[in-house]
Amino acid sequence: MKECRLAAHDLACLRGERLLFRHLSLSLFPGEALHLAGPNGIGKSSLIRILAGLRRPYAGDVQRDGAIGLLDEHPALDEHLPLAKALRFWEHLDGSTAAGWDSLGLERLRDVPVRYLSTGQRKRAALARLAGQQAPIWLLDEPLNGLDSDAVAHCERMVAEHCAAGGIAVIASHQPFTMAGLTRLMLAEHAL
Amino acid sequence: MSALFTLLRRDLALLMPGSTGGGGRRGGTMLPLLFFLAVAMLYPFAVGPDAPLLARTGGGVIWVAALLAAILPLDRLLAPDMEQGFFDQWALRGISEEMVVAVRVLAHWLSFGPPLMLATLPASALLGIDGETLRLVELGLLAGTPGLAAIGIIIAALTVSLRSGAALSGLLVIPLAVPLLIFGAGSLSTGGEGGLALAAAISLALVAAAPFAAGAAIRAAREG
Repeated sequence: MKECRLAAHDLACLRGERLLFRHLSLSLFPGEALHLAGPNGIGKSSLIRILAGLRRPYAGDVQRDGAIGLLDEHPALDEHLPLAKALRFWEHLDGSTAAGWDSLGLERLRDVPVRYLSTGQRKRAALARLAGQQAPIWLLDEPLNGLDSDAVAHCERMVAEHCAAGGIAVIASHQPFTMAGLTRLMLAEHAL
Repeated sequence: MSALFTLLRRDLALLMPGSTGGGGRRGGTMLPLLFFLAVAMLYPFAVGPDAPLLARTGGGVIWVAALLAAILPLDRLLAPDMEQGFFDQWALRGISEEMVVAVRVLAHWLSFGPPLMLATLPASALLGIDGETLRLVELGLLAGTPGLAAIGIIIAALTVSLRSGAALSGLLVIPLAVPLLIFGAGSLSTGGEGGLALAAAISLALVAAAPFAAGAAIRAAREG
């Protein structure tokens, strides 16, 4: 995997009239994973979007070296298409194949239109898309939402393998995320 | 380059009339065409069987019907992709909003411009329009519909994050489309090519501006 790095310096996030957090700095090197923890509404998703470059921080700056893979509540798959076809669109754009059909339990869902999939199945499909993208920096917003215990274990293993291969992962989740060498950042400490 | 083709193929599968989207049906793609033909069919019932009147006003009716038909698909041009996170994923892959919009203008135009020009043939028969007027209407639609597609995309982008965007976008398109209507349909009464040339010029300017205007609107909506 290519050399990657993700660093943020003195970030602040304003949502409406409310300052969600400030003086937040982080720095991640290849192989490192960070768990953003905290209750709902503390700004985990906003921070993920700021790190992804999809949202401007109110203050501070973010440096990213390497492509970003984002997993959030939107699977970005065409609702009316069978799962295999919906994923193929991203395979064409990424120039690779979505990985882990079998281990994610997607094999038997190939011909099922995305709109019939459950929350957990959509999440699994999005995980397959993310794995196929082969981006060195993974930003995961509540990756465990809707997943059953098998899929949770698989997701944790995927992230561990990604980091072992020299990737970076940021996981925003209010649920516990089990992984060796995971640093934890409590957003509440930066909240006002 | 291959990203462009991948985007265009998806857009066409979603927007082309009667397309099944390569699987289950997203639906509604035939509506603008049927709406257009319905207007052409209803108009003679409304004004009565006065052939000269129908022939004189028919061209204008086709233009108004085309404009209104172009409004119908607006709510599914950009909003579903925004809601489902497609634009976020494209941005992360370095595919700019401008490029996505440029491709979508093309796909949107292909999905309603040429089909409307085809549907104008039966519509002109229903309205009793003569050959010369039909030629001017067809040329006018060829010149004007790219502009209508561009206006549609710009408005769809501006209303992308609004809950009742569909109704509002219809209202917003109409004033912007007036210049196209004046010159496009105006060429019918003056019989000149000047109006067509002006309609084509407006279309070109709109098509050139659409990716940048709509791209900026989409980025602004994402920040919100």
